[in-house]
Amino acid sequence: MAEIDTSLPIHAHSEVRHHFDTADQQFESSTLGMWVFLLTEIMFFGGMFGSYTVYRNLYPDAFASTSHFMNVTLGGINTAVLICSSLTMVLAVHAAQLGSKRKLILFLVLTLLLGCVFLAIKYVEYHEKWVDHHIPGPGFHYADSRYAHQAQILFFLYFAMTGMHALHMIVGAGLITTLIVMASRNRFTEHWFTPVEMIGLYWHFVDIVWIFLFPLLYLIGHTK
Amino acid sequence: MSTTFEPPRVEERPNYLNVDYGWKSWLFTTDHKRIALLYLFSITAFFVIGGSFAVGMRLNLLRPEGLFEADTYNKLFTMHGIIMVFFFLVPSIPAVLGNFLIPIMIGARDLAFPRINLLSWYIYVVGGIFAVLAAFEGGVDTGWTFYAPFSTTYSNTHVILTAMGVFVAGFSSILTGLNFIVTIHKMRAPGMTWGRLPLFVWSHYATAIIQVLGTPVIAITLVLLALERLLHAGIFDPNVGGDPILFQHLFWFYSHPAVYIMILPGMGVISELIPCFSRKVIFGYNFIAFSSVAIAVIGFLVWGHHLFVAGQSMYASTVFSLLSFLVAVPSAIKVFNWTATMYRGSISYETPMLYAFGFIGLFTIGGLTGLVLATMALDVHLTDTYFVIAHFHYVMVGGMVMAYLGGIHFWFPKISGRMYPEGWAKFAALVVFVGFNLTFFPQFLLGYLGMPRRYHAYAPEFQILNVMSSAGASILGVGYLLPMIYLAWAWRKGPKAPQNPWGAKGLEWEQSPTPPPTYNFETPPVVTEPAYNYAEEAHVG
Repeated sequence: MAEIDTSLPIHAHSEVRHHFDTADQQFESSTLGMWVFLLTEIMFFGGMFGSYTVYRNLYPDAFASTSHFMNVTLGGINTAVLICSSLTMVLAVHAAQLGSKRKLILFLVLTLLLGCVFLAIKYVEYHEKWVDHHIPGPGFHYADSRYAHQAQILFFLYFAMTGMHALHMIVGAGLITTLIVMASRNRFTEHWFTPVEMIGLYWHFVDIVWIFLFPLLYLIGHTK
Repeated sequence: MSTTFEPPRVEERPNYLNVDYGWKSWLFTTDHKRIALLYLFSITAFFVIGGSFAVGMRLNLLRPEGLFEADTYNKLFTMHGIIMVFFFLVPSIPAVLGNFLIPIMIGARDLAFPRINLLSWYIYVVGGIFAVLAAFEGGVDTGWTFYAPFSTTYSNTHVILTAMGVFVAGFSSILTGLNFIVTIHKMRAPGMTWGRLPLFVWSHYATAIIQVLGTPVIAITLVLLALERLLHAGIFDPNVGGDPILFQHLFWFYSHPAVYIMILPGMGVISELIPCFSRKVIFGYNFIAFSSVAIAVIGFLVWGHHLFVAGQSMYASTVFSLLSFLVAVPSAIKVFNWTATMYRGSISYETPMLYAFGFIGLFTIGGLTGLVLATMALDVHLTDTYFVIAHFHYVMVGGMVMAYLGGIHFWFPKISGRMYPEGWAKFAALVVFVGFNLTFFPQFLLGYLGMPRRYHAYAPEFQILNVMSSAGASILGVGYLLPMIYLAWAWRKGPKAPQNPWGAKGLEWEQSPTPPPTYNFETPPVVTEPAYNYAEEAHVG
């Protein structure tokens, strides 16, 4: 492939809405808005990461004990799956910049598939927890009676954090499906592909949350 | 042949109100001005609902033994707090006046995301329906603070439904803040530099920062609360190793900054009113602008002063106490600069200015008693007494509601295109001021004497002060009903407003027609002078 001019100016386009003067202004507003939204997401997950830190410091031994029930293999595979999905998302944005509809749809579908693989593996993990009675609530049972109560709190955090993350994945999958429909209806051009870029940002954010969740929940204390 | 003379038809200039009258043109509008009005009517409804719970409370407290059952009283104060905080105070000035004015003040045709703006209103309404539904189903009795483990384990009222209402409404607040930040960054007209922004816009920018950074934390806190209530895993339950103080930390991490969501926009309104009715340039523009941002930043570091007696580490308390003193400095800077603006100004006493006077006096009392509560030793005595109630009502009601009413009167001609009756309005402002002080000043005394908050009954020696407070509340109620009546009347029958009835500065008065057309300006606005440039006129006149 020859040189690609990525500094393409975003020309005035029919998609410039009434209250913006230029397409640049509109695009910059969307980008800033998306980053501010991601900031709120950081604070949202931050509340759970904060609680995690508190309990990890309170009950390090119980924590080491519960980490043995985390399936590192499946978690590791899922980490790889998500990193790949971030790559395909970037390639989708790149294809959108080039105005290549075929590649855009291809990479969006790949991203969507990888997202679904992640959720499927997550389902298998949750099912293991269900079989082992590690779902917090009336049916909770923990073999090591020293940590019976504390383990339940830690599993509660595990499910809250990974559950919220999975919820964000499901929303992301819905958004990507919308993008695929829009792309197939020729809504995007090389001058206007803002939704692809914005949902791309969202997808990367959700991936990064997992990059923090995986070591914190699965790896730390696992070898003790 | 009879000749009948019809009065000549005067075509009204098209504006955002007369452009369309159908219900769809309101419920599907993306015009920030119409959305502001949707918010105006809905928050007024919630104000009435929240106020009616307060009526029940003040009735109950007329007698030392109470009037209602203890459980009923618990529900009354809880729902009063929840409705007033989350469904009135937080959206009040930002979602109504901010929504209406920010685009016009900076010379934009709309907010950056008009559809998200409409979405935020729908989200707010859905959240409100949850909360009201919970009230109809029998209410909730945890206090507006939802403290665990009472809320997670012991309360048998509608905690989850109410929490869901607050959770949902939070997203409306986030979206409003997000819209403001992007709009103020990206949509300013040529010449509208950061240093020329009206201080109203600066204070909303600071508010938006808090909305965006704080609200998600209360959202996740409420999610954890609801999950814990369903599963009883023990995350906030000390019996099984959970930490109830963690809940308080998470809750106040949002809810203390939320206090600044509820006061900063009011400060913005006052910063507009004072220079206009003093005919003077604002004193210390930069200090007022940056003190808003300072309040937003420092405000995130003071939440621990709610936990002095909760079991928080003494050293943490010391730091939180000092930081709480620090956050008073930017507020004091504002009060100083407003009074300095008035110094040697040609002050006139129109209704908005009366509210501004009320704000400065009452907010100062509220702020200074906040310092009393931030002092650890004093707080041990005053925690959970009526002193706290009086303190934050001086800030929230004496401050924010005064500023809200002042702003509503000031911009009423802009919004409706009509003038309100000045005599009635001045009278109502006076009634509000008297009623407010009679309601809440006795509560400082009650708290200092040791009357605890959140009890349906009290010791007989507190009765006189409580009766005074209830009497004041009924006067205050009249003071709030009056504007609702005469403003509703003026909306239809008031005399047409001139373009700029106050001779005020600012794009909304000088370059945007009254009332504004849908896209706010007939010619693209250009800004060539600093904000509050009242000095020129003073020299001429």
